[in-house]
Amino acid sequence: MSATGIGAAVRRKEDLRFITGKGQYTDDVSRPGQAHIYFVRSPHAHARIKRIDTKTAAGMPGVVGIVTGAEFAESKLGNLICGWTVLSKDGSPMKMAPHPALAVGKACHVGDPVAVVVADTLAQAKDAAEKINVDYEILPAVVDPTKAAGKGAPLIHDAAPNNTIYNWHIGDHDATAAAFRGAKHVTKLEFVNNRLVPNAMEPRAALAEYDAGTQHLTLWNATQNPHVARLVISAFVGIAPENKLRVIAPDVGGGFGSKIFIYPEEVVCLWAARQFNRPVKWTAERSESFISDAHGRDHVTTAELALDADHKITGLKVKTVANLGAYMSTFSSAVPTFLYATLLSGQYAIPHIYAEVDAVYTNTVPVDAYRGAGRPEATFVVERLVEAAARELDLDPADLRKKNFVKTFPYQTAVASLYDAGDYNASLQKALQIHDYKGFGKRKRESEKNGKIRGIGFATYIEACGVAPSSLVGQLGAGVGLWESAEVRVNPTGSVELLTGCHAHGQGHETTFAQLVAERLGIGIDQVNVVHGDTDKVQFGMGTYGSRSGAVGMSAIVKALDKVEAKAKKIAAHLLEAAEGDIVFKDGKFTVAGTDRSVAWGELALAAYVAHKFPTGEIEPGLKETAFYDPTNFTFPAGCHICEVEIDPETGVTSVVGWTAVDDFGTVINPMIVEGQVHGGVAQGVGQALLEHTVYNDSGQLVSGSYMDYAMPRADNLPSLKVDMTVTKCPSNPLGIKGCGEAGAIAAPAAVMNAITNALGTEKIDMPATPAAVWSTIQQLNKTRLAAE
Amino acid sequence: MYAFTYHRATGLRHAANLLEKLEDPKILAGGQTLLPTMKQRLASPTNLIDLDKVEGMSEITAAGRSVTIGALTRHNDVHKSPIVQQAIPALAYLAGLIGDPAVRHRGTIGGSVANNDPNADYPAACLALGATIVTNKRKIAADEFFKGLFETALEPNEIITKITFPVPKKAGYYKFRNQASRFALVGVFVAKRPSEIRVAVTGAGSSGVFRVPSFEEALKKRFSPKSLEGLTIPADGMASDIHGSAEYRAHLVNVCARRAVAAADEKTPAE
Repeated sequence: MSATGIGAAVRRKEDLRFITGKGQYTDDVSRPGQAHIYFVRSPHAHARIKRIDTKTAAGMPGVVGIVTGAEFAESKLGNLICGWTVLSKDGSPMKMAPHPALAVGKACHVGDPVAVVVADTLAQAKDAAEKINVDYEILPAVVDPTKAAGKGAPLIHDAAPNNTIYNWHIGDHDATAAAFRGAKHVTKLEFVNNRLVPNAMEPRAALAEYDAGTQHLTLWNATQNPHVARLVISAFVGIAPENKLRVIAPDVGGGFGSKIFIYPEEVVCLWAARQFNRPVKWTAERSESFISDAHGRDHVTTAELALDADHKITGLKVKTVANLGAYMSTFSSAVPTFLYATLLSGQYAIPHIYAEVDAVYTNTVPVDAYRGAGRPEATFVVERLVEAAARELDLDPADLRKKNFVKTFPYQTAVASLYDAGDYNASLQKALQIHDYKGFGKRKRESEKNGKIRGIGFATYIEACGVAPSSLVGQLGAGVGLWESAEVRVNPTGSVELLTGCHAHGQGHETTFAQLVAERLGIGIDQVNVVHGDTDKVQFGMGTYGSRSGAVGMSAIVKALDKVEAKAKKIAAHLLEAAEGDIVFKDGKFTVAGTDRSVAWGELALAAYVAHKFPTGEIEPGLKETAFYDPTNFTFPAGCHICEVEIDPETGVTSVVGWTAVDDFGTVINPMIVEGQVHGGVAQGVGQALLEHTVYNDSGQLVSGSYMDYAMPRADNLPSLKVDMTVTKCPSNPLGIKGCGEAGAIAAPAAVMNAITNALGTEKIDMPATPAAVWSTIQQLNKTRLAAE
Repeated sequence: MYAFTYHRATGLRHAANLLEKLEDPKILAGGQTLLPTMKQRLASPTNLIDLDKVEGMSEITAAGRSVTIGALTRHNDVHKSPIVQQAIPALAYLAGLIGDPAVRHRGTIGGSVANNDPNADYPAACLALGATIVTNKRKIAADEFFKGLFETALEPNEIITKITFPVPKKAGYYKFRNQASRFALVGVFVAKRPSEIRVAVTGAGSSGVFRVPSFEEALKKRFSPKSLEGLTIPADGMASDIHGSAEYRAHLVNVCARRAVAAADEKTPAE
């Protein structure tokens, strides 16, 4: 391993500019003559728009134009789409209702944009917006997913009777039913996987500019996948042909999934830029983000686990209602199905699984992928069940897990996933040892002396990363195969521009991708410049989400580097007057095997461009190669997290007092960055379990619509984390990478709730386990105990 | 934010004059509540009178058995003041719990007291310590000052200039934070004064800061957390929201009071 190569904990190259305020985010970009756009949003969850009076507003100072939903609809642009078709049990396609960028006729959630004001300044746009009079007829709203399909619930979209988008299922119903009939023990739990508001540090933003001369549109956009944004906006919405639309995703300050999707705001900005022939900028305010960024999770689930007399798991039954909100966001259909139910086998050999998922519309903000996307929900189901089963059977939860782990690979699960490699026992064992699991009893007694209740919980999670093999996801209804691209452009001096279709918004690609290239070519990482996020510069790519950039994006880079090396060897053979097969490339030098004749990387690069006396029939001048990599399978990172909590029974406060994470991410490029990803993921998972409470009242108002009421995790909500790794290489990609971006957020909620329920001695508490919720649970338990005495 | 006219007061009298004559005026001290509220267009004063450059209003002095803190004193300066730390350590401790470092370096004691946010910390300290709120016109006892949610005894043209705190024999504060805002969900300030014991509660009440006579009685017999064990206050009159029911808040008042008494008994309160 070199000092900066694969496996080296190199400091992030990009951090200097970020932490010194030199980053360039969308809102930092300004264009001459720029106007500002303000979105008038529905204050009601469900309301007919009877009339919009814009007359007074139109005469306000600075107003460039005002457009209502109905007026925008006259442009005949396409609706926003959900790109992944899910079929119901009966084979019928999902009921996708139209999602216009601006609501027409009625608003379906608080925050649904109904009109826009474009003005010289933002303040002027806001002033004018206040003078727009929208005459709403308030309709009854439904926010609870378990009531959405029920009798008496208001119908949100005509296209979806009973507000039901699909009734999907996976697995073998009859075989699973039989497994339960033959079970010795059944553990049944009901839980809510709480809705989360993403809250990336940089709010979403868009700046659109139209060049009337060339009829080109340019969009600066805080997005995780500029190329897909361009494709959807061009091919489905129909704003402009792809060759007339450039999407630039400059520095992006966090996404966590929420910036994957194609939203109304960027579409309207593009349209308005051309309509008014002015650059148009929009940057969300935080309170606007709360009601317009796609939310995450929001499942209500009943699940049962069957075990035989030998404590082997024989079956799993799951019934989930997934709330997709008022409209289907870009990937929303896939999250509670293919990204959720296919992971319900967890790390266990479960012969029979049957899962049903009903997706419903409600009068809430749309729900889509959020860090982990379906896999935290699946892990929560499986890991809470296994832990509860161990308690009911009076077994050590670690032992019950070991007994049921998948031990031989490849392993075909009952829910489509084919696990390729792993050693679940190894990560569990290592975690037990690092955590001092044996010492828990002693620590618990010490806590008791201080009036505290200590609990411990596990999450031996699995996830599927590296989205996505086109052949597999195509069969599953994906509208697009999620391969990745890379272009390695060698400059005449030997430095390199690496163009990737991935996009970094916190992941550190400028460092890790450079580490790979530097190691392969024997150059310094400072000689590698990673270029991403601009459709005019970079070949088509799929962006970054689902922990895919290492496994898929770097595999594409490897392929491109292979091509570069192959061509470079040809050139070396020419320069050294040797046979191509005799050229060895090592440590930045091309050598004729068995001789001291060599040419250094830099000399070779120069020669490639000077092309002196090249046999141009065999070797073209230049050194630049492009590759596209389509994975053959998902990757399956897995690991064991142990959480230890201490509860203050007087106040209900849960303190996370210990955390051990042992993850198997396959090959690790930069352990420091990977550890950071684990830290961030765990923090988000702890946030979901303890703090983040998205509350809608019955009329559909988001009660927790600001940081005054919505608690994000802070540093002091977490202890020092013990992070370690085990490694089994992923066999399906050349580097053996599995992916690490979501693991913490996937493992943590289950680990925390297993620890809390262990401490309290009841399974009946939902996330977030706020102090008030824990205190109420303790009061309830005390009452029950008193009644029993 | 709506447009407004900004006035920089050069002295207290200037500020008072502006306050008298301008239409729809508002005093700006540290601005940690006012400015965010204006940004959200929830407040729209026509005229903003900035006290920032007014001199002589951010001093902390000790005289006899009292400590006087100028109204423009930043929370961080109260927190770090050797005078306050020595005379009323619980008050210095409380100031260090307000908001975050940015808020503590801008926000002022006068602004906080004048705003009387039902979840703010200072009102509990003022009420428990029997503070006197001094304005450009008069002196107001804390008992008479806090009138409900965001309401005080201040007249429209009155400006707080300083607050005088009698030094207690001992005092303690315990804050149970709202996890999101980190304001006090419940905060209890307990003061053992030469003549009486006071227990003041912020955060919990549906009409702002209040005292708990039954707790005060019990502590008079013996100033110990044990004296409060088993005592309850009714959930009636407690606030109730997504962060906690009225019952939970009523329960926390007792927990926080006991912890505040325990803190008062410690030689040096926790940082």
